[in-house]
Amino acid sequence: MVKDNHSHSAEHVLNLRLRVWRQRRGQPGAFEEHALQGVSTSASFLEMMDMLNEKLVRDGKEPFAFDHDCREGICGMCSMTINGMPHGPLPGVTTCQLHMRNFRDGETITVEPWRARAFPVLRDLMVDRSGFDKVIQSGGFISIRAGSAPEANATPVPKDVSDAAMDAAECIGCGACVASCKNGSAMLFVGAKVTHLNLLPQGQPERDRRVLAMVRTMDDAGFGNCTNQGECQAHCPKGITLDVISHLNRDYLGARVKAFFSSTGKVRRGGD
Amino acid sequence: MNLDSKIASGPLSTKWDAHKAKLRLVNPANRRKYHIIVVGSGLAGAAAASSLGEQGYDVSCFCYQDSPRRAHSIAAQGGINAAKNYQNDGDSVRRLFQDTIKGGDYRAREANVYRLAQLSTAIIDQCVAQGVPFAREYGGLLANRSFGGAQVSRTFYARGQTGQQLLLGAYSSLSRQIGAGTVKMYPRHEMLDLVLVGGHAKGIVTRNLVTGEVRTWSADCVVLCTGGYGNVFYLSTNAQGCNVSATYRSYRRGALFANPCYTQIHPTCIPVHGDDQSKLTLMSESLRNDGRVWVPKNTADSGKDPAQVAETDRDYFLERKYPSYGNLAPRDIASRAAKEACDEGRGVGPEVGGRRLGVYLDFSASIQRLGESVVRERYGNLFDMYENITGENAYRRPMRIYPAVHYTMGGLWVDYNLQSNIPGLFVGGEANFSDHGANRLGASALMQGLADGYFVLPYTVADYLAGVGLSGRPSVEGVEYRDVLAQVNDRVNRLLKNQGKQTARSYHKQLGKIIWDECGMARTRAGLTKAISDIRGLREDFWKNISVPGTGLDVTPELERAGRVADFLEFGELMCRDALIREESCGGHFRTEYQVDGEAKRDDARFAHVAAWQWAGETAEPIRHEEALVYEEAQLSTRSYK
Repeated sequence: MVKDNHSHSAEHVLNLRLRVWRQRRGQPGAFEEHALQGVSTSASFLEMMDMLNEKLVRDGKEPFAFDHDCREGICGMCSMTINGMPHGPLPGVTTCQLHMRNFRDGETITVEPWRARAFPVLRDLMVDRSGFDKVIQSGGFISIRAGSAPEANATPVPKDVSDAAMDAAECIGCGACVASCKNGSAMLFVGAKVTHLNLLPQGQPERDRRVLAMVRTMDDAGFGNCTNQGECQAHCPKGITLDVISHLNRDYLGARVKAFFSSTGKVRRGGD
Repeated sequence: MNLDSKIASGPLSTKWDAHKAKLRLVNPANRRKYHIIVVGSGLAGAAAASSLGEQGYDVSCFCYQDSPRRAHSIAAQGGINAAKNYQNDGDSVRRLFQDTIKGGDYRAREANVYRLAQLSTAIIDQCVAQGVPFAREYGGLLANRSFGGAQVSRTFYARGQTGQQLLLGAYSSLSRQIGAGTVKMYPRHEMLDLVLVGGHAKGIVTRNLVTGEVRTWSADCVVLCTGGYGNVFYLSTNAQGCNVSATYRSYRRGALFANPCYTQIHPTCIPVHGDDQSKLTLMSESLRNDGRVWVPKNTADSGKDPAQVAETDRDYFLERKYPSYGNLAPRDIASRAAKEACDEGRGVGPEVGGRRLGVYLDFSASIQRLGESVVRERYGNLFDMYENITGENAYRRPMRIYPAVHYTMGGLWVDYNLQSNIPGLFVGGEANFSDHGANRLGASALMQGLADGYFVLPYTVADYLAGVGLSGRPSVEGVEYRDVLAQVNDRVNRLLKNQGKQTARSYHKQLGKIIWDECGMARTRAGLTKAISDIRGLREDFWKNISVPGTGLDVTPELERAGRVADFLEFGELMCRDALIREESCGGHFRTEYQVDGEAKRDDARFAHVAAWQWAGETAEPIRHEEALVYEEAQLSTRSYK
């Protein structure tokens, strides 16, 4: 056990009541209740879930399935709605970076999967986020074959432009934006990628076809539209802001107008 | 066994060009007729799959995560080295080569390292063209920072998330090929075995982690980019899912496993806090640019608030012991120095299990010199992460850090073509052994993964395919596939049907403790001998008492974990065996019997070779082969950073 000394953050132990979602693919789900004792406040939320699962396995029961991998807030795999909030109550962190010192002894904690039409539940707390991959596959890239790149410093990029592109590129693709949105919209995710690539000089040649293709794929994948509620921004663990949605709308409108007035009158391949 | 590295003759600087000129090619119209399996979608895997797809091959890529974008390359923080010499400070391909080969304590293959240094510059070009938002200066050109083990500034970075941005770049290229139909992506699939036909690697067995389906795949060749085995220690900076199974199962099919004892313990990680901890979090090496590492000079001060320890009572031990590199001493050396300070009772932080295992990384001097806002701009995300985990503010009090397992230099043996001793089995990135010797320098893993994926494998895989021709792919209905599939199913069922009471995690923890204690930062003959027998006992116990709830016909996380732990329980023994026989100290492999003045004592006469292990059956001891390391241009010298 850790013995506390001077001003290190004090460690305590919590006893909790957990309501956790249990569901099999294609079947209806329900909450299951479990008591869990002796959870250290230094533990992460996922370590608390590990403790619960270890207890279940020792009792011969199936553990709760949940997605997780890096446990340092960057892979975007963890995805739990905790007390109604994607990634839990602490702003700016993923579930794996949420620590139990943010909860009270005796508290009841409700744990659910992402809830969105475009993210069907695979098992318990695991959902299918492949819609995000499909959106990227349709245009979230710069077409550059390995080996064909020019010298890196040949095209200077102003620092403020590069920094703004990096702000958008920090998106980890976790899907909290979709889960928090009453419309199940992926506009923050799509806007972040469009902003990242369309700001950079390297992204200009495919600027229009990129935004048209990504928006079309986003709609086809079952994501809803944006009604400017701002829940996505509030729950994004990486601080992506609604600015990227404005950028997406502006580029989309520009591309649609250009496509409309293009000389042949035809919409180009890759557009809609 | 003859381990032919297939290194071209001639001077180092022309070897790769000379070699490439001899590699055979595949006609563009024929490429789509070849099926290539790539396992893993990190930097090496995503780069290889996308590059081969761009050339027109029919590629299938597998990963265990829900998306290729989540591979653990994403967690690399600090940066990527390249010999661009944009700083005009004396860098060159030869200098990067020399730093890397010295950093690896002269246990890497010279020609591979030189090629890596040569390819480094093209990687930066490629990534910038993909839209990777590297840090820039106000003039719009790329910025650099310094990293350990080098006296030039050659590290390119994207805030504290360089790995993320490079991986998302590779993922975007991969996604483009998936959209174009040249690459088929199979996420949530785990490779459970390798299939050989006529001695060539011609397929794999996978388990679908959602439906539980176990099936075979046939291909013209197999490329493994499945990462390292750091999770054999249980606690490491690796992601939870990182495992040795793909490479270890290939080893059991005849691939040689090289230098398994070479593991990297990273000096700057957040210390262990308790028993239920599942992972250790790295604080980027880049922090050592502006942070000073210290412990109290006197054991009596180790429990005090750091602000109460007077400047004269602080021991800045890296600056004291290694004045020319100071806080930027290489990882193995910095880690060992921290361990020694804590072993002397001068560690700091709360007591865990009766000991204080931590040293300070202090930013107060930098904050005074540069201002808090500059420090925040450089490292803000790392300070935030530190505060989330520890509840402490590192702008106000020094960070506490301690070494943790981070990277594994050992891996499957490969030749200059990155082909293992099994024809048609290629291995890239951390999964192979070739470029980092006994210690990897910071910011070199990203470089190696991308060099292998973008610029080596696309050439060497083509050479193999051109050699075997179009009639080389067997039918997946063949007896070889059915046999391996039956063996995999047997093992899965054995795990599911076992009537035990113990969890896979509990075995993993016990194994990790044995490996950390006996095959960690300091290793001894007695300790390693004991570890081998302890691991055997633990393995026996595992197969008697493991419990795996579930049917396996659905998402079954305990089955995934148990399968991986079972492989770690075999692999851990191999690792200790390799460490036991290597009677010298080099890089991350420190045998306490072999040291001079506390520094590693290499034995070039006996051990200037790669140890490559061959599996010999369930009960027989594995066979150790040697590939001599011949240095044509590098001068072997005692590695000093003083």
